[in-house]
Amino acid sequence: MIGTISYLVFFATTASILAIAVLGLNLQWGNTGLFNGGVVAFFGAGAYGTLILGGTPQDGHLGGYGLFYPLALLGGMIAAGLMAWVVGLLTLRLRHDYLAIATFGVAVAFENLMRNAEWLAGGAKGVRGFERPLRDALGDGFLYNIAFFFTVLIILIAVYLFLERLVASPFGRLLRAIREDEEAAASLGKTPSRIRLTAFITGSVILGLAGGLYGTFYAFVSPQDVLPTLTFQIWAMLIVGGAGNNRGAVFGAFLIWGAWTASGWALSRFAPIEAQLYTGSMQFVLIGVVIVGMLMWRPQGLLPERLVVSQRGSKE
Amino acid sequence: MIQNLIDGVLTGSYLSLGAIGLTLVMHILRFANFSHAELLSLGAYAALVFDALVTALVPVLAAKLGPLSLTYALLIAILISMVLTGISAVLIDRLVFKRVREKGWELSMVFASFGMALIIRNVIGLIFGLSPELYSKDIAFAMILSRDPLILVKPDQVFVLIAALALMFVLHLILSRTTFGYALRAVAENPSLAQVNGVNLARTVTAVWLIGGGLAAVAGVFYGLSHQVIPVMGRDLVLPIFAATIVGGIGSVYGAVLGGFIVGIAGNLALVVLPSGYTPSIPFMLILIVLMIRPHGLFGEARA
Amino acid sequence: MPIWAHRSMPDPLLQVTGVTAGYVPDLPILHGVSLTAERGQITLIIGPNGAGKSTLIKAIAGLIPVSAGRIALEQQDVTHIRPDQLAAHGIAYVPQNDNIFRSLTIRQNLDLALRRAGGDATARRDRLLAQFPALDEKQRDKAGTLSGGQRQFLAIAMALATAPRLILMDEPSAGLSPKATAEVLDHARRLTADGVSILLVEQNVSQAMKLADHCYILAEGRNQVDGPAAELMGDKVVGEIYLGGRRMGAA
Ligand SMILES: Nc1ncnc2c1ncn2[C@@H]1O[C@H](COP(=O)(O)OP(=O)(O)OP(=O)(O)O)[C@@H](O)[C@H]1O
Ligand SMILES: [Mg+2]
Repeated sequence: MIGTISYLVFFATTASILAIAVLGLNLQWGNTGLFNGGVVAFFGAGAYGTLILGGTPQDGHLGGYGLFYPLALLGGMIAAGLMAWVVGLLTLRLRHDYLAIATFGVAVAFENLMRNAEWLAGGAKGVRGFERPLRDALGDGFLYNIAFFFTVLIILIAVYLFLERLVASPFGRLLRAIREDEEAAASLGKTPSRIRLTAFITGSVILGLAGGLYGTFYAFVSPQDVLPTLTFQIWAMLIVGGAGNNRGAVFGAFLIWGAWTASGWALSRFAPIEAQLYTGSMQFVLIGVVIVGMLMWRPQGLLPERLVVSQRGSKE
Repeated sequence: MIQNLIDGVLTGSYLSLGAIGLTLVMHILRFANFSHAELLSLGAYAALVFDALVTALVPVLAAKLGPLSLTYALLIAILISMVLTGISAVLIDRLVFKRVREKGWELSMVFASFGMALIIRNVIGLIFGLSPELYSKDIAFAMILSRDPLILVKPDQVFVLIAALALMFVLHLILSRTTFGYALRAVAENPSLAQVNGVNLARTVTAVWLIGGGLAAVAGVFYGLSHQVIPVMGRDLVLPIFAATIVGGIGSVYGAVLGGFIVGIAGNLALVVLPSGYTPSIPFMLILIVLMIRPHGLFGEARA
Repeated sequence: MPIWAHRSMPDPLLQVTGVTAGYVPDLPILHGVSLTAERGQITLIIGPNGAGKSTLIKAIAGLIPVSAGRIALEQQDVTHIRPDQLAAHGIAYVPQNDNIFRSLTIRQNLDLALRRAGGDATARRDRLLAQFPALDEKQRDKAGTLSGGQRQFLAIAMALATAPRLILMDEPSAGLSPKATAEVLDHARRLTADGVSILLVEQNVSQAMKLADHCYILAEGRNQVDGPAAELMGDKVVGEIYLGGRRMGAA
């Protein structure tokens, strides 16, 4: 019994962290129409940043600054934001493809750097020696996990409320205006590239926050955590949930994470032993089919965007 | 150093072939096609299958061409693979991209292409297994061009370079000498004006996919000849090919050719100063440099 | 039915009746526009900026969807024509901007336009070039290097490549010097002598009026006034309202 509950808490914590990430992506893609092909890099920057800043001293690589935890987490978010700033500055003035390619490239380079640069973050071994905050008070067991889950949940709610207000604000209307018709927005005297940059950085900082929480949860991060897989998963969550709708984003995160976990479990349990090697391939095919299928048959997602101003709607 | 340069040129020859199709698709259909590199895998595996098939049916064709490890059977298989990969590219467009495009949401095509990349790559893995395959199990002996410094070139590599250059030359002739080529360039520059001048857009799109797919197939086989054929080759090639199109300027065929060689050479020269583990990051570095100093690439034009 | 829908001459070349069209569904720019172009004539369309002149031409050329009304060429329905089929119906279109391929050479531009012309394409290209000496000299240059007037001539030459019965010309004098404008418009007039009909949109009202046979005034996507060009030019009210540059109210 306690085993099931503790598994559920574990599942819900991971799903909530991913939901925060999906919310960040939703601001970029759903609300602003910015394609982030390297979600995992910003997520990873948050995780690595938090652990390096907040961890204990390590031999052979950067880190061990033992920063007060909230500051470490903030540092991780800033790292993600800085990366977004550089990429955005270089690409947001150009046609859409460039952002997609550059962000994809960032993710490749980020993983590559983390894997190879031992002096930076431990290379393939990853960053260890991070002590989870308040561990002395709460211990390492079930209690800690429950407490951590509620913290994540509160942060998720806070991010959700923040984004809901942002989207309803004049700034949010501006974002949609730019997404729908850049020229018209520009003719209103707004500079679309600056506004898009703001949205892109904000979304990336939220991705960094999710990454930081993820790193905290496992008290460990390695290049295995920043593989492109995560990018695809987070997208699938957003597309299935409904781009443009924050509630859809959260819903999609839980749904897809549940489906992913369940399919992995089912494949490992019921697939013949020779096929076990191919579990990953099968899951990827499924994710690809989900993405393509949703785009073709239900591009608005399960919970569509509520505002009906979009040209997309009218063209269908 | 010279060895790196030579290896870079050889890498460039298949990157260029891959980038040509990608740049055309990106320019004419206006989306970054992340599944283009999977056409290279598709072509490489199709050639593998037909090589085995032709060899089994007509054993005499298993003879090698001169000093090459390449057999007549493989040569025929490459031609078949070009056609099949071209047709696959057209089919993928009809079944997926065209439908998304017609919904009027251009940006979603990038998503669709990611999804297609995942599907193609992993279905190939499921069918052919995850371990690498080779076109020829014989060890190809390298020619020693010089002993000090030691410079080695395999006959296959020379063939790859010459064949790639020949294909590019044929494409150049088509683009610069035939009205079909003018029509392609016209559509790239101004689709609606091209239409008004009697160019059928749908047919041009089909032609672009056929050409892009055919060249991708050759590129995939050449990659396989130089390295090995693996299901994840698309994953490793997608960024270098994108880098080639950006360096050359999106939409420019000549830019893609030059960009491919630049990316190939840069990747190999980087080995002189950086550990080989960093090679996958080099294309991204090139993209950053180009975006900083010349965002529209060597031959590209600004286009919103 | 408005009078302009019934101009008296029998069997016109082009008959546009009550066309409603726009760029986005449910947002028409043209509201039931009608017009007639006679054989061998220059039919002029004028109107303030944003009146929908280019939109009308694009609707005829099949570049934007027509949601109501009918377009007929010699009694044959061409309302939902595909733009790449224009030439097959004897129509050519010279757009307002970007009407040549800058990255192709002059000769390649012409060869592209001649692609479906059949017969001896080289001979036809030479005949076209003979009409435009300025282009003949620069055959192998990129069209992007041409001057404004030369570009218009190239665009007109490309239109002529398919031996059309009707040429749709959208502001061929835009951005040209007065001298180049006169040359381009004169050339248009000479074409009608060879039996080609022209539907011309122009901002240079006074010059164009002198050439035109019949003239339509369009504003806010609707027909306003039409009549023989000579008559309209003499008409005080029309002259004052239009040439004064004030926006026309709804008729
Ligand atoms: N591509 C387009 N998409 C949406 N609306 C357009 C487009 N092109 C023009 N319009 C709108 O259609 C209306 C008519 O434009 P049109 O270009 O037909 O005017 P025009 O009479 O040719 O003016 P001008 O003298 O400036 O060329 C304008 O309100 C314009 O904003
Ligand atoms: Mg106009």
